[in-house]
Amino acid sequence: MASKRVRFTFEPDLIKQPVIYLMGHRFQVVTNIRMADVDNSVGWVVLELEGEATEIERSIQWAQEQGVRVDSALGDVVEG
Amino acid sequence: MSFEQALRCRECGREYSLAPIFSCEFCFGPLEVAYDYDGIREAVSRDSIARGPATLWRYEALLPCDPAYKVDIGTGFTPLIRADRLAKAIGLDTLWIKNDTTNPTWSFKDRVVSVAIARARQFGFQAMACASTGNLANSVSAHAAAAGMDAFVFIPDDLEAGKVVGSAVYAPTLVMVDGNYDDVNRLCTELAGTRPWAFVNINVRPYYAEGSRTLAYEVAEQLGWRAPQHVVAPMASGSLFTKIWKGFQEFEKVGLIDTPHTRMSGAQAAGCSPITTAFQHDTLNFVPQKPNTIARSLAIGNPADGYYALKVMEETHGGAEMATDDEIVAGVKLLAETEGIFAETAGGVTIACLQRLVASGAIRRDEETVAFITGGGLKTIEAVQGKLVEPLRVPPSTAAFDAALDARRAVAAGGA
Ligand SMILES: Cc1ncc(COP(=O)(O)O)c(C=O)c1O
Ligand SMILES: [Zn+2]
Repeated sequence: MASKRVRFTFEPDLIKQPVIYLMGHRFQVVTNIRMADVDNSVGWVVLELEGEATEIERSIQWAQEQGVRVDSALGDVVEG
Repeated sequence: MSFEQALRCRECGREYSLAPIFSCEFCFGPLEVAYDYDGIREAVSRDSIARGPATLWRYEALLPCDPAYKVDIGTGFTPLIRADRLAKAIGLDTLWIKNDTTNPTWSFKDRVVSVAIARARQFGFQAMACASTGNLANSVSAHAAAAGMDAFVFIPDDLEAGKVVGSAVYAPTLVMVDGNYDDVNRLCTELAGTRPWAFVNINVRPYYAEGSRTLAYEVAEQLGWRAPQHVVAPMASGSLFTKIWKGFQEFEKVGLIDTPHTRMSGAQAAGCSPITTAFQHDTLNFVPQKPNTIARSLAIGNPADGYYALKVMEETHGGAEMATDDEIVAGVKLLAETEGIFAETAGGVTIACLQRLVASGAIRRDEETVAFITGGGLKTIEAVQGKLVEPLRVPPSTAAFDAALDARRAVAAGGA
């Protein structure tokens, strides 16, 4: 089992879509939401994905195909 | 003596013991060091600080590490210069430049790394690591060398020559990653989770980030124990920006200055401006970007402290601006030509954004302003090469020199 902490960013037209719910159904991953915020212009969710590493990657790729932006929950590790 | 007490989650407030950890197990919020401010208040005074060394270690009571572990190559207590010529050029009454280009590896990163390496040694780590577009790499390499520690330094494979050499000379294990920005991020996240290293901006980040507060301490002390009315500082992850504000607030808390009313304004490059863009859209929720700017030191698309930087702007009624590549170059030149300070591209961003903030009225003419110049220009000469006045080329004769000078003056007069 692996886990990954990610940040999903949703543009306005995607905010109302149940992307995370669908993801949990389509893939063998547990989605565990830790923080979230939504306003008029953008929404984001910080969540942990648990499952086999390849399944996590597949689920992330699917989310990206739905139009969700996926980043590391920690922010970038590269610094100036 | 150190007055650090615990690590505390910035989101949910849960406390953790002082360990090399960085995020809350419950909400994934970032951890921050909590201090015994009453103890600090008793331990320090303006006099005791003024008697300390001319480095950031004069504020050791406020740093989250045992100073016995420090690696001191002379970081901090850099000049605060009154910049009248630049002030006049951009339309301000009183402007100061905090010149952090004079640090041992020519950037403010020596401050954060000083604290990170001291805390890493205190934890018993034998190796330091970082992923960087240059300045952090230079600083980690130098400090590790001075401490006799191993250093693993990851950089993109397309950096400016000065920033590559500026790490390599200290002989770290320097790794140029063949891949894009996201690839470097992914590799380093993986390595950080599995190697026994003090990864300065990952597992020791809560301590590391605290080093930036010393910039505020110094400015307040150098202004005669008070905070300025306005600050302009560059933002990459947003950490430096938030810690400057924290530093002023802490100085009040421990009784060294009056309540700060500083308005905090942040500067980004237009080619990587997630924080400024969110500010302009009046939201605390930034959207990460793919960086594309000559200001490589500020090219962080998913800023770890972006949200907190936006909170500071909101709390202090500050602002944010962004500068195009051309404006960045013009900013570097303007600072050099008016004040004799040669900054890297991040400094160009700060000056260009300062100009925009004054021009838009976000900074009033009579607001006493401090601009933070955080890195030296010899690291990014590529940015200005070919964009400067060409030298006169003359054979070794007085007559030839006079002729060339007259010709140059004629051109200048004609152009004016
Ligand atoms: C020269 C310079 N200025 C400013 C910054 C901004 O730092 P931060 O990531 O704390 O916002 C950096 C590094 O990232 C830098 O190298
Ligand atoms: Zn928490």
